[in-house]
Amino acid sequence: MNVEIRVQAEPLDVAAEMAPVLAVGPSVGGVVSFVGLMRDFNAGERVLGMTLEHYPGMTEKALAGIVDEAGRRWDLAAVRVVHRVGELGPQDPIVLVAVASAHRGEAFRAAEFIMDYLKTRAPFWKRERTAAGGSRWVEARASDADAAAAWGEA
Amino acid sequence: MIRVRYFASLRERLGTADETLAEWPVTVGELRDRLAARGGAWAEAFAAGRPVLAAVNQDMAGPAQQIADGDEIGFFPPVTGG
Repeated sequence: MNVEIRVQAEPLDVAAEMAPVLAVGPSVGGVVSFVGLMRDFNAGERVLGMTLEHYPGMTEKALAGIVDEAGRRWDLAAVRVVHRVGELGPQDPIVLVAVASAHRGEAFRAAEFIMDYLKTRAPFWKRERTAAGGSRWVEARASDADAAAAWGEA
Repeated sequence: MIRVRYFASLRERLGTADETLAEWPVTVGELRDRLAARGGAWAEAFAAGRPVLAAVNQDMAGPAQQIADGDEIGFFPPVTGG
């Protein structure tokens, strides 16, 4: 399994990141990708921008652990996870998860699993700047915890 | 010595990002209780029932996880990446 994991302050270029995943090799039958984007509305307020904090070192380690687990559960040719930190504006890509596999079922399931685990186990925290002029930490969602739990224990 | 780090809204409430301790209890859960016992913002942030996650040497850890000399402990709110 070809793995590329990166946490970066630079803007995320989805097309550039996808190109090598699409070219992994002739045994790959499908590539599934998820791109998370910054929305301009959350929890009742217009959002102007966001700062993404993380726990350097642990972030990469946590993502590697999640990708390893995906590789144990499904037969995957390649996985790429790229996550932004620092300042973001509306419509900016926050995260890319791309999975290549011989078969689409595994690629779909692995991509969803990686996102569900990332949402609950990767140490990132979002701070939003609202149109009202304030700044607030985004709250974790029960629905994310439920989605992660639904995959069952390793 | 152990290093204890605080992140995100927890860091803001406590007013500190980082400290070292020369002595520490056996488990992560006991360390949390000891921090709560400092009172004030610490008591509120680490109150039983408040959702605080922990990591030991950058791996997620439960309250029963033991702490050894040289360890790095991280405390933080539920994560919100992705």
